[in-house]
Amino acid sequence: MDVNIGLARLSNDLIAGGIAAYSLAFLGYAVDAAFGNHASRVSPTALRVSKTIAADVRVPVLVGGSTGHDRPAGAAAPAMSSTPPADRYSFVASRVGKVSVALTVVGWLLHLGAIVSRGVAVHRLPWGNMYEFTLALAFTAVTAFLVIMARQPARYLGVFVMAPVVLALGIAVLVLYVAPAPLVPALHSYWLAIHVTAAIIASGVFTVATAATFMFLVADRYAVAQAAGRPVRFSALARIMPSPEVLDRTAYRAYAFAFPIWTFAVIAGAIWAEYAWGHYWQWDPKETWAFITWVIYAGYLHARATAGWRGRNAAYIALLGFVTILFNFFVVNIFITGVHSYAGV
Amino acid sequence: MSEFSTDVDDTAAATKLDTAPIERDDLGTGQRVGRMPVASLWAQLRWAWYLLTSMRTALILLFLLALAAVPGSVLPQNGSNPLRVRNFYTKHPHLAPFINAIGGFDVFGSPWFAAVYLLLFVSLAGCVIPRSRRHFRAMRARPPSAPRNLARLPFFTTWTTTADVESVVTAAHTSLRTKRFRVDRAAGSVAAEKGHLRETGNLLFHLSLLVVLGGVAVSAGFGFTGTVLVKEHEGFSDTAIAYDSLKAGTLVDKAKLPPFSFTLNSFDATYERTGATRGAADSFDAHVTWQPNLNAKPRTADITVNHPLSSGGANVYLVGHGYAPHFRVTDGSGQVFDQVTPFLPNDSTFDSQGVVKLPDAKPQQLGISGFFLPTAVNDPNNRPVSVFPAPDNPIVVIGVFAGDLGLDNGVPRSVYTIDTTKMTVLDTAELGVGQTLVLPNGAGSVTFVGFDQWATFQISRDPGKGVVLVAVAVMVLGLILSLRVRRRRLWVRATSRPIVDPADAGRTVVEIGGLTRTDASGGFDDEFARLVAELQQQFPVVEAVEGAEGVVPMVEEEG
Repeated sequence: MDVNIGLARLSNDLIAGGIAAYSLAFLGYAVDAAFGNHASRVSPTALRVSKTIAADVRVPVLVGGSTGHDRPAGAAAPAMSSTPPADRYSFVASRVGKVSVALTVVGWLLHLGAIVSRGVAVHRLPWGNMYEFTLALAFTAVTAFLVIMARQPARYLGVFVMAPVVLALGIAVLVLYVAPAPLVPALHSYWLAIHVTAAIIASGVFTVATAATFMFLVADRYAVAQAAGRPVRFSALARIMPSPEVLDRTAYRAYAFAFPIWTFAVIAGAIWAEYAWGHYWQWDPKETWAFITWVIYAGYLHARATAGWRGRNAAYIALLGFVTILFNFFVVNIFITGVHSYAGV
Repeated sequence: MSEFSTDVDDTAAATKLDTAPIERDDLGTGQRVGRMPVASLWAQLRWAWYLLTSMRTALILLFLLALAAVPGSVLPQNGSNPLRVRNFYTKHPHLAPFINAIGGFDVFGSPWFAAVYLLLFVSLAGCVIPRSRRHFRAMRARPPSAPRNLARLPFFTTWTTTADVESVVTAAHTSLRTKRFRVDRAAGSVAAEKGHLRETGNLLFHLSLLVVLGGVAVSAGFGFTGTVLVKEHEGFSDTAIAYDSLKAGTLVDKAKLPPFSFTLNSFDATYERTGATRGAADSFDAHVTWQPNLNAKPRTADITVNHPLSSGGANVYLVGHGYAPHFRVTDGSGQVFDQVTPFLPNDSTFDSQGVVKLPDAKPQQLGISGFFLPTAVNDPNNRPVSVFPAPDNPIVVIGVFAGDLGLDNGVPRSVYTIDTTKMTVLDTAELGVGQTLVLPNGAGSVTFVGFDQWATFQISRDPGKGVVLVAVAVMVLGLILSLRVRRRRLWVRATSRPIVDPADAGRTVVEIGGLTRTDASGGFDDEFARLVAELQQQFPVVEAVEGAEGVVPMVEEEG
C-alpha cells in the first residue's frame, strides 16, 4: 500500500510541536525545582503523600479511632517541612511547575498524534525503524511519568524525565529520521506488535525508573552528607527531592513493573525468531545485549534484597542496566551487524 | 532474600515471612563467611557448598555471565557468521589465532562461558531446592499465633468498644476468612496469614530457569539444523547427504532424519517499486509440493519468511533466494550442455555472481565466469550495472574460458569460483535473454537461454523447544506473582477490660497488629486500614487507648 504523504507530514509537524511543548515543560520543571516551595506543593495530594511517607518513616499508620484517611499530610511527614510559601518567587515557580505538567500533557497529546498519524500514513504499527522506535519509546517514558504523577506527587521527576525525552526525540528527528515506508518482509508478522511493543513499554518505564534512581543517588548523598554535617554540592537539587527511601521505592516499583515486561519481550522475540529464522536463540548481538540487560536487572532485583548490596550499590547496578539498553539501541543497532540489522536506521 | 527480622516478641509469630535461608555471611554486622575450615574434608566441602549457594556468589556469577556474553556480541562468531570470522583472520592475522585459542569465536560454546552458567545453575539449584522444601512445609503450616505484645508490630491500632470478646473475635474471623486469609482462631484472638503465592512464584521462576537449561540440553543433544539450496523445479529429500551443510546434535542418528521431501515448484519475490525504500523486498514466497514420507500423498504449501513448513518434528524455513541463469553451451565437438547454475547475490540489487564448469566439454574443458544482472542499465562509463532486484531487464556478463578446470587433482574446489590459472579466455560478452555468443575458432557457442530462481532453506529440528516454551511461560507467571503478591500476617485480639472503675464494665479492648514485607506492590497500609474501618464500624470506638502510637520502627527487608 502507498504511503499517505499528507499524514506523514502531519506526523512530522506534530512531533515538532510535541518537542517544543516538552522543552518548555523541561524549563518549567527546572524553574520549579530551583525556586519552588516544595513543602507546600505536596499538600494538594495530602492523602497520597501521607501514605507514602508514613510507610517509609514508620510513623504509625493508625492511631486511636482514626482510620488514617483524614489525617493531614504534614503531621505524618516530618521529612517535609510544612512552612508556608516563603516568597513570591517560590509561588511563581510553583505555578510554573503546574504549567509544566499541563505542557507535558499537551506535548503527550501531540506526541500521541504524531505516532498515530505516522501509523495511519504507513498502514502499520509505527515501530519498524529506529526513528519510529525512539518516538514510541519516549512516548512510553512520558506516559509512565504521567501515570506516576497521577498516583503520587512526582513533579520533581520532571527535569530528569524530560531531559532524556527531549534529547531522544531531538536525536530521532535530526539523526534517525527516515521517510515513512512499508516494512521488509521479515517484519511482516503480528509478532512485531507483540515483541516490539513489549520492548518499547519496558524500555520507557526503565527510563523513568532510571531518572528516579539517579535522583535517589543524589538525594542519598545529600542525606548522608547532611547527617555527617558536611557541605554538599547540588544541595539545591537534593533539597527539592523527597527522601531517598521514597525515591528508591518509586524506582523499585518501576523496575519491578518493567522487568517482567522486558522478560516477556525477550521471550516473544525468541518465539518470533523461531518462526522467522528457525532458531529461538542464536546469540545475535541484539539478543545477546537484551539478555545482558535482563541479567543486570535480575541482578538489581536480587541485590536490592541482599545485605551489603542494597541502597547505593543496587542503584549503580540499575544504572548499569540502563547503560546496556542504550548500548543495545545505539551501538548494536548502528555499528554491529546481526540478524536484527534491518531494524536499523 | 534475607530474613524478615523484626524486633518483636520472642514468639516465632513475626519472623520467617519467607523461606530464605539466613545469609550467614551478611548479617549486617560485618561478619563474613569464615576462612576455609581445616577440620576435615567434609567440613571444607560443606563450606564450599555454602559459599557457592550464597546469594552473594550467585550475584557475582550473574554479573560474570553478563560480562562473559559481551565478547560474543562484539567478536564475529563461527556459529552465526563464519564468513566474518574468516575476514577477521585476514585483517588480524596475529590476533585471530590467539582469540580462537581462548574460544573468542565461539563464546557461547566455550568452556569458560559454560563454567559460569553451570556454576550459576548449581548455585541456583542449591538455593532453590531446599527453599522449595521449606516452602512446601510453610504452605501447609497454620498461621503463627498472636505475639504477646501486638503494639510492637509495625502496623498496630487499638481501641475500646462495648461488644463482648466473643463477638469481636467471631467478626474478625469471618472478615478475614472472607478476604481469603488463612485464619486460625484461638481463645480471644485470631491469627491470619496470606500471600504464600509470592514465594511460590519466586520458586517457580527460579525452577523454570533450571528447566530451560534442561530443554536447551535436549535440543543440543537431539536437534539438528541444516541448509540447502534448491532451484525451481528441483527437489530435496531429507537425508544427511542432501544438505549443503548440516549441524547435528551428538545424539542424532544422521541415518534417521525425518523422511520428508519437497519440490520447489516456483519462487516469487516482489519488491517496492516506488518510495524511499524502492528496491526493498516486499514479499518472498516459495511454492512447494511436499510429502511427510514417501508413501504420503503429495500436498502443496507456501513457505514464506515468517511461515515455515512443519513436518515430522522438523521445520523448513525460507532463508534466502537468488537467480540461476540458464546457459546452453555447445562445445567444439558439437555436444550441447544445458546448465542452470545458481549465482550468489552480491548486493541488494541482486547483482549476482557465479561460474559454470563443463569438465566434459571437448576438445578442452570449458568454464564460464560471470555476473547476472536482473535489471541492467548502463552506467556513465557505459558499463552495465544492476539497479533493481526484480528481473526487469536481465542480462549476463560473462567470460568464457578453455583449458584445465583443475577438478581432477583431488583438491576441493568451490562451486562458486573458478581457477583460471590453467585456462585461457576465449571471449567475453554481454548477453540478453535468447542471445548467443559464438566462440572464436569453432570452439562452440554459449546461449543465455533464460533463468530460474533458487531459494535456500534451513531445515531444523529442535526437540527441546516445547519444554523451553512451557518453562519460560511459567517463568513469566512466577515472576509476576513474586513481584506482585504481598505476604502478610494479621492478628486481632480482644480482651475484657480490667475493671478499674465502674465505667470499665462490659468494655472490650480490641487490638490489631499487622506485619508485611514491603515490596513493589505496596498497599498493605490500605488493606490494614480497611480491616480496621470494617471492625470499627461493627464495634464503634468508645475510647481510644492512650499510647497506641508506641510503635517500634520495623526493620525493613526486601526479597
